Amino acid sequence: MSLDATDLLTMYRTMLRIRLFEERVDELVLKGQIHGTTHLYIGMEAVAVGVCSALLPQDYITSTHRGHGHCIAKGADLGRMMAELLGRETGYCKGKGGSMHIADLEQGNLGATGIVGSGIPVATGAALAVQMRKESRVVACFFGDGAANSGAFHESLNLAAIWRLPVVFICENNQYAMSGSAREMFPIPKIAERAAAYGIPGVTVDGNEVLAVHAAVVDAVTRARRGDGPTFLICETYRWKGHSRSDANRYRTKEEIAAWQARCPIARLRAHLEGKGILDGQTAAVIERDVEEELAKAIQFAQDSPIPTLEGVEADLYA
Amino acid sequence: MREITYKQAIQEALREEMRRDERVFLMGEDIGVYGGAFGVTLGLLEEFGKDRVRDTPISELGIVGAAAGAALLGMRPVVEIMFMDFTTLALDQLANQAAKMRFMFGGKARVPMVLRAPQGAGTGAAAQHSQSLEALFVHFPGLKVAMPSTPADAKGLLKAAIRDDNPVVFIEHKLLYNRKGPVPEGEHVVPLGQADVKRPGRDLTIIAVSAMVPKALAAAETLAGEGIEAEVVDPRSLVPLDEGTILDSVRRTGRALIIHEACRTGGVGAEILARIVEEAFDYLDAPVRRLAGRDLPIPYSKELERQVIPQEEDIVREARRLVRGRADGA
Repeated sequence: MSLDATDLLTMYRTMLRIRLFEERVDELVLKGQIHGTTHLYIGMEAVAVGVCSALLPQDYITSTHRGHGHCIAKGADLGRMMAELLGRETGYCKGKGGSMHIADLEQGNLGATGIVGSGIPVATGAALAVQMRKESRVVACFFGDGAANSGAFHESLNLAAIWRLPVVFICENNQYAMSGSAREMFPIPKIAERAAAYGIPGVTVDGNEVLAVHAAVVDAVTRARRGDGPTFLICETYRWKGHSRSDANRYRTKEEIAAWQARCPIARLRAHLEGKGILDGQTAAVIERDVEEELAKAIQFAQDSPIPTLEGVEADLYA
Repeated sequence: MREITYKQAIQEALREEMRRDERVFLMGEDIGVYGGAFGVTLGLLEEFGKDRVRDTPISELGIVGAAAGAALLGMRPVVEIMFMDFTTLALDQLANQAAKMRFMFGGKARVPMVLRAPQGAGTGAAAQHSQSLEALFVHFPGLKVAMPSTPADAKGLLKAAIRDDNPVVFIEHKLLYNRKGPVPEGEHVVPLGQADVKRPGRDLTIIAVSAMVPKALAAAETLAGEGIEAEVVDPRSLVPLDEGTILDSVRRTGRALIIHEACRTGGVGAEILARIVEEAFDYLDAPVRRLAGRDLPIPYSKELERQVIPQEEDIVREARRLVRGRADGA
């Protein structure tokens, strides 16, 4: 899949949409308009966009508690997302899921899960369904470094490997599982080494470099569609914000955060596009204004939407 | 009607549903050539092949999660977990994914999967291979729970479970596998949520599940010889629960005895008892009684194993006490 200027600008725009969406969410949490918890994707935008830009519309993803970026990259509507975060009837889950459970089955987003690692078996099963039906779709399964230490991870990678399922396991190594540093929680320097245990390729890429992520996923998806089975892809990245709103960042230094912020995935793509003459300051300003407008509308839509009731709730429980 | 075993009835349901609907497939440990630890799936590999009769690694969590994922895309997986005890390994995927996806996603998803597993004591398998865990599953809204006691119900309920668009935990009992009974050939579906009166009677209602049903029927026979006519009601599924049939019976007889093998504390007997007390208190002529497993892990020694779960003589004794106010046969 070669990327033309339009594709690259779309990727830039999508990354910006994720960044600004999350910034608005952060503000709405502080204002008390979003209750419960949220896990912001800021700093990791290149992963979701790099992955989803390498998928076809009919492909599937599974998402995580830090999933807003995945949803947006897979084509979710910002208004319905924002409505879900505000707990409204018009949200993706009619206000029953919230930040950690957005699913958009029509767009191939099989849903986010709040239990670390628990989306990995589900993605594996989705890939099994694809294989049994002899479809050419693939499943991209997002999870974090913490999930790579769960039993679900091991069982699923083994299962996917022995059955050669069309799934790409994407580990977003943002360096911390809540406060647990990947340096302390893994006995090996590279998580990708674990792929050897399942006899599948283990690939590590710079997760702040959207084109590198894209290229690695193109390879993995090609392999999966060919019937050669899963790939374990580790995207090295960093979350700028805390784990959730309760996080006081006691386990990492300001210097470390600043060093990663200096490698901002959006700034890097922008510099790359400017270097190639695809983007200039004026176009960038137009894109940013468009996204701001889209977000303002999304928030307005959410705020104007009705609060759900429990009427008919049984039908949402049992089909 | 021809008679087949409970085990054969389950296999017949699997076979018929797999022939009827190509989306139905099986996953589990040693279910292929080996035929499953109890031989339930023996011969299905030959008819349906490895694609639809999938031997898996020992990865209960992975298997159940994979079933949930495949079901989410419209397949109809039936997972066999070798012993009910091992479902605890898979509980996150069952309780937090399969049971919740539809609701969390705002009623959009369907998760048409079945988890089958045998439970119960009586085989000398001790504490980790003998538990009865139905109460656990009943406590997760989003799951359905079926618990057949006869070969015919096993076939009919399993067919209903496979056709259901929701995750269903299908609870088999090891001691029932080789019991025979009449089973209709071909299309025979028992809807979830319909209790069955296994024996009519006027003096008391015995509500029993799974392997306690044949024990209750044997006890009812003894009681009939003493002039006590016990009605035996088998709920057959616990979610949904056919409260109406239970309450109708208790309102007629005025007495209720609830029997299950699972531990007494927090058992489904407590729930059924509560509903009777809430909805039929004015009809009761005596306190509602429960007979259940002792609050113990199942012990190994044969006599101990027998003593910790309700037996026919315990049922007779409790029924006499309820009806006559005394436990002896005088």
